[in-house]
Parts: sequence; C-alpha cells; structure tokens
Amino acid sequence: MSAVEGIEAQVAEVTAQLPRSRGPFRPRRRPALWRVSIMVIVAGLYLIILLSSIKFSLISASGKYDLSNYSAIFNSADVRASALLSLEIAGIVAAASVLLMLPTVVLVRLKLPRLTIWMEALTILPIVVPPIVIVAGLDQMRETAPLWLVTLLFNHTITALAPFYLIFSLPLMYRSIDTGVRAIDLHTLVDASRNLGAGWWTTIYRVILPNVQTAVLGGMFLTIALCLGEVVLADLLNLPTNTFPVEMIQFANQDNAPGVSVAMTLLSFLFTFLLLFVLTFLARRRGHRTSGVIS
Amino acid sequence: MSPDLTVAIRGVSVQFHGVERHYRDSTALAGLDLAIEPGEFVALLGPSGCGKTTALRLLGGFDRPDAGTISVDGADVTTVPAHRRDMGMVFQAYSLFPNLTVADNVTFGLRIRRLAKAERVRRAQELLALVGLEGHGGRYPFELSGGQQQRVAIARALAIEPKVLLLDEPLSALDARVRTQLRGEIRSLQQRLGITTLFVTHDQSEALSMADRIGVLNAGRIEQFDTPENVYRHPATPFVAEFVGAMNRIRGRVGDRGEVLLLGQRVPYQAATGQHPAPGTLVDAMLRPEALEAVLDVAGPGEIVERTFLGSALRLRVALEPDTAVIVETSSSSDRLGVGARVGLRVLADRVTVTAPSAPSADSVASVAIPSAA
Amino acid sequence: MLPFAVIVVAFLGVPLYYVIHGAFSTNTGGFTLANFSAVFSHAQYLRALRNDAVLALWTSIGPAILGLWFAAAIVAGNPDGLLRRIVASASGVLAYFAGAPLAFAVIASYGTLGTVTVLINSLFHVNLTNTFSTASILGVGLTYFYFQIPLMVIFVTPALEGLRPEWEEAARNLGATRAQYLRRVAAPVLAPSVIAATLLLFGSAFSAYATALALDGGTIDIVPTQINLALSNNVIVGQTNVGEALGAEMILIVAVVMVLYWFVQRRAGRWLR
Repeated sequence: MSAVEGIEAQVAEVTAQLPRSRGPFRPRRRPALWRVSIMVIVAGLYLIILLSSIKFSLISASGKYDLSNYSAIFNSADVRASALLSLEIAGIVAAASVLLMLPTVVLVRLKLPRLTIWMEALTILPIVVPPIVIVAGLDQMRETAPLWLVTLLFNHTITALAPFYLIFSLPLMYRSIDTGVRAIDLHTLVDASRNLGAGWWTTIYRVILPNVQTAVLGGMFLTIALCLGEVVLADLLNLPTNTFPVEMIQFANQDNAPGVSVAMTLLSFLFTFLLLFVLTFLARRRGHRTSGVIS
Repeated sequence: MSPDLTVAIRGVSVQFHGVERHYRDSTALAGLDLAIEPGEFVALLGPSGCGKTTALRLLGGFDRPDAGTISVDGADVTTVPAHRRDMGMVFQAYSLFPNLTVADNVTFGLRIRRLAKAERVRRAQELLALVGLEGHGGRYPFELSGGQQQRVAIARALAIEPKVLLLDEPLSALDARVRTQLRGEIRSLQQRLGITTLFVTHDQSEALSMADRIGVLNAGRIEQFDTPENVYRHPATPFVAEFVGAMNRIRGRVGDRGEVLLLGQRVPYQAATGQHPAPGTLVDAMLRPEALEAVLDVAGPGEIVERTFLGSALRLRVALEPDTAVIVETSSSSDRLGVGARVGLRVLADRVTVTAPSAPSADSVASVAIPSAA
Repeated sequence: MLPFAVIVVAFLGVPLYYVIHGAFSTNTGGFTLANFSAVFSHAQYLRALRNDAVLALWTSIGPAILGLWFAAAIVAGNPDGLLRRIVASASGVLAYFAGAPLAFAVIASYGTLGTVTVLINSLFHVNLTNTFSTASILGVGLTYFYFQIPLMVIFVTPALEGLRPEWEEAARNLGATRAQYLRRVAAPVLAPSVIAATLLLFGSAFSAYATALALDGGTIDIVPTQINLALSNNVIVGQTNVGEALGAEMILIVAVVMVLYWFVQRRAGRWLR
C-alpha cells in the first residue's frame, strides 16, 4: 500500500518535472477552442441519438411511457433464444480468435518479422471485404459444393456464422494482440521460459498470455461487439435460427413494435460498452495506454 | 577557426534571478540564482527531479517561471515566447523532423527566417561539415545512427546562430563509446564558436569533463557553482560531495589552527557551506578514494578486505574497525596490497571539506558513498 | 502460422473464389463474360455503382475530417483521463458493432416517429420527413458517420500519439510559430497515416450493407442491394451469376483501394515507428 503510494508519488514528481508530456507550451493551460468545439460537435451527434433512443424505447406501442418494450424483450422466448445464440457465437469466435492469433502473432514477432507487413495487409482485409460478397460466394458454394460440406456448414446457425465471424475478428484481434506484444520484451520472456524448460504451448499460454491479458481481452470484447451487431450474413444466408441482431430487424419491421428493437439496441450497446470501459481501468492498472488496448 | 566559417556567434551572458517554478504537488525550482558569463560552458548537474531540466526549459521559453526573472545579454526574456528567443536547443533524442532530409532539418530555422535557398544550401553544407557529416545532407533521419542524429541536431541548433546553446542530456540515449567521442567534439565545437552553453546532465563525468563551471542542483536549489576541479576536490556541501564521485566520510576532530585531526594526521580544512565547527568538535571529513593512500604497515589500523582491479587504478576496500571501511584508489598496482594485508592510511589531499558528523549508526564513522559508475 | 493460413484461405479465400468463379460462369457452369457485360452495360447496375461510390466518398472524407479533428482533441488531453477511456471504449463498440444497431438509433432519432423529428415538428411545425428520410441514401450515409468517425479515431490515434512533443518544441525553438510547425512538420508526418485511414474508411463505406439492410430492408440503390436482389431472384435464369459478377466488381474496387492503402501505409511506417 505505502510502497505503491511511494511509487505513485515518485512518478507524479517525475512527470511534474517534465511538463512536456503532451503538447501545448501555454504554461497556464486554457481550454483551446479547437478542442472544445469538436468535442461539442461529436458529443452532440452521439448524445442526440442516445437520448432520442432512450426516449423512443420508453414509448409503448399504445403511445404511453412505460417499460413495456423492455419487458417484451425479456418475455419473448424468441429474443431470449436469439440472445443466447448470439452470445454463444460471440464466445466461440472470441476464444477461437485468441487461440488462433496469439501463437501466430508471437511467432511472427519472434521468428518471422519479415512477414509482419503481410500480416498487417491480410488482417486489414476483412474491414473492407464486403460482407455481401461473402454472402454471394457462399450462395454459389451452396449450389456447387459437395452436399456433405453444405449440410455441415449451413444446417446450423453457429457453424454457418462462426467461421466467417472469425475472419471478421482478425483485424481487431491482430491489432490488439500486436499492440500488447509490442509493449513487452517478448524475446526475453520467451528465452527465459524456454530456458526453464517450458514448451512452446506452456510459454504462450502461461507466460505470454498473462502479460498481454488486457490486450487480449480488448480484442475479445470487440469481437463480441462485432458478433452482436453483424446482420448481413446472419440475415441473408437464410439460416435456421435468428441471431440477436436479426431478431432486432424483425421487430423493427413489425408495425407495432419499433420501440422494442431500439430497446434491444440500447441494451446490447450498453453491454459491450461496459465490457470495454471496465477493461480500460484494468489496462491502466497494468500500465498500458488505453488507446493501445482498444484499436 | 576555419576561415570560411560564417556562423557568427557572440557569447552572451545569462542570469537567473530568484527563479521559482512550482507544479501542482511539487516544486521544481525554489529560487534559482545563476549567472553565466559570455561564452561560458555551464553544466547543471543533479539527480533526476532536482529541477535542472526545468531550468533549461525556462531558459528555452517552453515554460514560464512562477517567480523571478531570466535575462539574456542583459535583457529580460522571462515572458518572451520560445519561438522568439533565439535559443538553440538539442534534445535528448528523436527530435529531428522525420519528414525532412538532414539538410532540410539543419536549415529549418533558416527557412522560417526566409533565407534564400542558395544561402541555405551553403549553410547546410558548412554546418554539416562542422559536425563531421559532410555528404549526409540528402539522407533522412531514420537512416542515421543515434550519434549521427545528435550531430545533426547540434548543427540544426547552431544554424540559427543562437544566443545560447541549450543541451538537454543530448548524450544520454547513446551508447558509451559514441558518448565519450561526442563529449569531446561538443566541447571543442563550443570553444571554437565561443557560444554560451547550458548543458543539463545527471552524469557527473560528462559535467566534469566538459564544463567550465558546474552548477550542482538539489531539490530546486544550487548547492555549489564552481569549476569542475573545485566541485570535485572541494565540495561545498555533503550532497555535492556524495553526488559527484565516490566519497569517504572519515571521523575527525577539529583542531584550533584551521586544521582537522584525521587518521593521525593534521590536515587543513574548509567547512561545508553554512557550517562553523568549533575547535575540539567531532566532524566528518570527506575524502575521495584517490585522496587516500594505503601503505603497507603490519601495525597499521586497517586491513584490506577487497581488491578490485580497475585497469588504470586499483581499488581497495580497507576495514578500519570491525564495522567501518573506506575505499582507497591508487595507481600503484603492487601485488603486495592484497586481501588480508595490514595497511596504514595517509591523507594526500592538501585540504579537506568537513561537515557535521552523520548520525552515529554502526557504519557511520567511515561510510562510503559510491554512485553508480558513469 | 499454418492454422492461420488455412483458416484465412478456407473462410475468406474460398468464398471469394466462388464469387469470381461464379462471375465467369453461366448458370449451367460454362465459361462466359456475359455477366460482366451485363454489369457494365445495364443502367441500373451502373447507377448503383455510381451511387455507392459517391456515398462512400462523402461518408469517408467527412468522417475522416471529423474523426481526425476529434482524435487530435482527445490525444491533446490527459492520457489517463475519464474522457480518454470513454472515447476508447465507445469508439471500439461503435466502429465494430454498430452498422445495424446504429440504424435503429438513427430511426429513433430522425425517423418518421423519431424523437428529433417529433420535437422539431412540435417546435417549428416543420416536418422533417418531407425533405429527409432515413431510408434514403442520405439517411444511410448520415448513419455511416456514426460508425465511420469512431473508426477514424481508432485508426489515426496511434499516429497522433506518435507525434513527438520534441518535434513541436524543436520547431518552436528554431523560430516556428505553431501554425508553421503544423504545416511543415505535423501535417507531412501525419499525411500518410491520415490518407491510409481515409482509404480504409472508403473501403468500409463502399462495402457496408448492414445499415441499409436495417434501415429500409436493404432497398436503397447501391451495389450490395443489387447483389442481394440478383441472388434472391429465382425468376430470371442466370441472374445469380450476374450477382457474382457484381461481387467481383466490388472485390476489384476494394482491391484497388487496398493497393493504394498499402503504398501509403508503408510510407507512414517509415516515419512513425
């Protein structure tokens, strides 16, 4: 306790000595107009839709203010099932993404740094590849691929979506883990661990993972956000069951229940935001930059 | 001085008068007074957090003092903004503009001052030659080594013919060999140009080897401002003594004719700043390892307990009593000064600084402060 | 490395292969260029392409400017402050999760029964829905702003943090005003990163379909809509292959954007590392 305070005091002293930390020379800092103005603009943009959505979600189908839209969500078996399904997909994809990317990033950093630029190029692709084109490709595949493969993939919503969501998660996971791995002395950690007799598997999941924990969690939470919001594949692949966002769209198209979809939006937004927001505190405790964790 | 050198610099004086700078929960400078002569190379030396960097930044105009004034060449510059001060600053590292070539970096200040292109090209060549980087003008900073980058940074700072050259630990990010080499180069360049220079460092050997005078800072105040020799040999305060170089504290008694009785010898003394020990009182004398000599003496009071070969010298750790030891450095490399040998100690210094004795704990009679090797 | 390559090939490479293969095939599987000639001659496809490109252009440049400005304002503040955390978390969520859910938030605000629409109507007796519909290209584009701005913040924040305070101080020290520093050092150093990020925003906007799908059931006239229509058209024979050709067209455009991105990004990497 006192040791920590001591260190913090020291750090405070050192940073006070070096007021260069960020930008302006103005010794007595006044809020700059260029900063305040954009913050007001952006805050305005988002507060409008946030507050509007809250108000909208509180208006019931009969025009009264109540919580009926929210109770409709919790009372609907379909919504519950879709939420569970989406969370299931999100969990599978987030875990698979970490299992896939952590060893890959470590390997590239450690042994194949020349592949770094290719990794960066490959992992940026899913941001720009149109989901509708994936749908088109899978449509074609359904017609021409062997039947066993088609049934294996498309007979269940999870198997149909998870592999492609995994692809979509690569940009987030790669950038998160790469930032985390860059911040630690990877070579020394690995050498030390190997020297003590640990195998590669143990080294990656027992030594490296705890050190890049917040970065990995950041990537996982963003992946969860992605899985809870994706609709193009989920809606257009004609799958047997609806995911949460598809259910949202269906509510929106029912004339008497547009408020329910807005309420669902707010709940899922709140859920993912809180996951990430709590993480930024964890990240700070471990001394990382928050912006580095979520990128 | 080379005949074609057109960098025209006139050494100017710099004064800090009662300069204070406080931050939210700490004080960086608590009334700094410092007068730098024209053309002088002054090093500010002190541990991190002592306020030395703050002093430099205040002179550069990057920060404003809460109290006091700073004047350059007799004119008060306290409120002049950084870009109108004509100070040439060299930062720790990474200060070169990455998007500009070396030549464009060097002439950045001239471009701002709207100098003609032909003149800029000529000046860039001249300045790069001055720092030993002829022919590197077309490269980008990321293509240079750390040492080369700092040379460019120096050339860039000199290009604007600054009133004062400000060096903010410019060597700290370099490796040892380059550091030593650049030390000498910076000093000879400074002497050649006659430019007033303020150099901030936590490395005592840099300060000792480069500066005309050293200001030792502690907790926002100057502890001593004197030549390297005096700072080293005759530290004004215990802080200076122990911050600059290794220092033995040896208990002695003040005599009545301006001398101190120490290890059985009478040695002239000066009291630490602000202290006036009366004859007969106990004091600690501060002695450098090389100001002591170990002499083989079977009846001597000390025993060598550790022997370290340093190349140019031999460092001995001599136990005087069960709990106390002093460090002796000698250029003799006699094999007979081995561990276990009994020795007597002789004081070689012609004058020692004495201070009130430190608290009488077990190892206080002759405690040793050895800073980490530079 | 191997599992990574296998997964990328299987789940990204294979669908793309099917699209390109389908684009060159007749409905019976033979080789043809007819699908492409349809794509590049039919007015409806050309119009959709133009709409999509124009939409992507203004929904990348606009958010790029706002996002850069906003990120600069945030980076200039306290790196551990509450504001920084909120922005970091919210931009992550909004950028990656937001296509469809944001659409509902926009409907709730600017839609026919939206809070803002109703408020303006009761205050000024102006009916927004006469001039603006969330189910129009304009409405979809405005919704894009809500996830493109955070995406820009995420992409340019590392570059902004890479601007060393020493550069500004060195420039000031050499006599430059703040404006001169911004013009001669900060802007050139940031330019490659900003351009690269804007290209990504363009690609992201050009490819997006989730918002349109959620806002109006996916009927506004952009390329993904045409693909969707072609795929679900069971009446006209060979129409799905035209859909694949439209997909190939999108891949081509995105590929061009990515090649540009690649070159610009490499230049950025040289300075900011």
